Amino acid sequence: MARKGLPEDLSEPRSIVQFDQVSLRYGGGPETLSDISFALGPGAFRFLTGASGAGKTSLLKLLYLAQRPSRGTIRLFGEEAVTVPRDRLPGFRRRIGVVFQDFRLVPHLSTWDNIALPLRVAGLAESEIVAPVEEMLAWVGLTDRSQARPATLSGGEQQRVAIARAVVARPELLVADEPTGNVDADMAERLMQLFDALNRLGTTVVVATHDLHLIGRIPQAEVMRLARGRLLDPAGLHRHPVPVGA
Amino acid sequence: MIPRAVLSGGKRQGAAGVLAAAGATRAMTTVLGIMLFLTVVAGALGLAALGAAKRLDRRLANRVTVQLVDGNPQARDKAAAAALAALRTHSGVARADPVPEAELRRLLRPWLGSDAAGDTGADALPVPAMIDADLSDPAALPAVRASVLAAAPGARLDAQASWMAPVARVLDMSVALAALMMALTTAATLAVAALSVRSGLDAHRATIEVMHMLGSTDHQVARLFQRRAGADALLGGGIGGLAGLAVAWAAGRQLGETGSELLGDATLSAWQWLVLACLPPLFAGLAALAAWRAVLADLRRTL
Repeated sequence: MARKGLPEDLSEPRSIVQFDQVSLRYGGGPETLSDISFALGPGAFRFLTGASGAGKTSLLKLLYLAQRPSRGTIRLFGEEAVTVPRDRLPGFRRRIGVVFQDFRLVPHLSTWDNIALPLRVAGLAESEIVAPVEEMLAWVGLTDRSQARPATLSGGEQQRVAIARAVVARPELLVADEPTGNVDADMAERLMQLFDALNRLGTTVVVATHDLHLIGRIPQAEVMRLARGRLLDPAGLHRHPVPVGA
Repeated sequence: MIPRAVLSGGKRQGAAGVLAAAGATRAMTTVLGIMLFLTVVAGALGLAALGAAKRLDRRLANRVTVQLVDGNPQARDKAAAAALAALRTHSGVARADPVPEAELRRLLRPWLGSDAAGDTGADALPVPAMIDADLSDPAALPAVRASVLAAAPGARLDAQASWMAPVARVLDMSVALAALMMALTTAATLAVAALSVRSGLDAHRATIEVMHMLGSTDHQVARLFQRRAGADALLGGGIGGLAGLAVAWAAGRQLGETGSELLGDATLSAWQWLVLACLPPLFAGLAALAAWRAVLADLRRTL
């Protein structure tokens, strides 16, 4: 039986992500997100589209546990994630890779060390870190910039470091906010191939983007549209979306 | 636990780390150096005064002086012999020895000059006979006094503790003052460490947020700050502490060269030097603990 507020076909028993009637309000302001319900199973690839201010980044913040919802329930990896005690949040977050819109690289660390950070946070030995970091550097084409600090990298290079950092620990859920906004078409293609490859390995991927051309590059991807804080396609459209308001 | 490599920037990178040295941490190193210098000097003063007070107390607590003043040398010597006999036969007296007249004259020479006090010629001033005695129990003083007065009615018996009491009080006050100074500098050190960490938290807020999003626990983040605060405190405290020890050593040498029995007592023993040498690492530990608590308290307010 479907749970209250969640469409029957969204009530997946093995959901990686499950939002049920979730709303978000910052302080005493109006609701930024209202009654969001959707579910993502293992290996899902979902694009999140919508106009600026539609609530894409806010929804992603709920996904990577940077915000708690004002109401509603969120289950991640089969566990309740809204009322979970603070000391259990790191366990959830280590299973989520995040590409921030503003990259958020650690300014005092080199490219190599920024990419290695999630592995070190997870407690891996130095000997276990080298191979995956080198692999990621090669994948995003930054091997020759491994010792550079973020301040000396171009916007596109910083974005590639941010993506490499998000995926180096092979997260179960990858959340990316405009991940190709600062790279050229060739690099965008390569990065989407990386996301695609990870997705085919079983990683659930959620990408917020304005770029409708990206969506066609991932055949298995579905699209959710947000408008004024409401989700228009909870089940996901398996087709090229018509821009909201178009 | 986050490996040290995160702090050091990892094997691929040199000295820079997640928490780059900010102005506040450099200021903390300097301030802690000054604090440790003051603390070590205050500690040396306190320990030296404590040692001197204890030795003075041990030396004077049981000691009495019997003085026999008589213009007639024969009567004076007779009374002194009677008093000495009374002391030596009393069960409450552990030791009683007459002070040689030559020694008394040597002690008086700086005040009376060599003509008056320097020899036993006709012009020499008569000096009293004196007996130094150690009581086996300070409570025996009234009984001993009665016994001496019975044997030599003109005798005057002084407990040294009574006339040295003001000196003992000064020493006790020095110890209390040093302890107060150490307590204040310790509190100031902890406050500086906590302020420095709060400033560091503000400076590294974005980095901490990223680390949280990557799955760092509060304890992992706190450990980064704790290590930084401890290392800075150890560096600053080590330099300040060494300077303080050098000053204390130089002052001790100067006191020793005065030849004064009281000031000569105000020197430090080996274990006291060891206590002072332990202050810098102790302060570094306290600074690290203060940093740990401040960071955890701050992080608990975030998601």
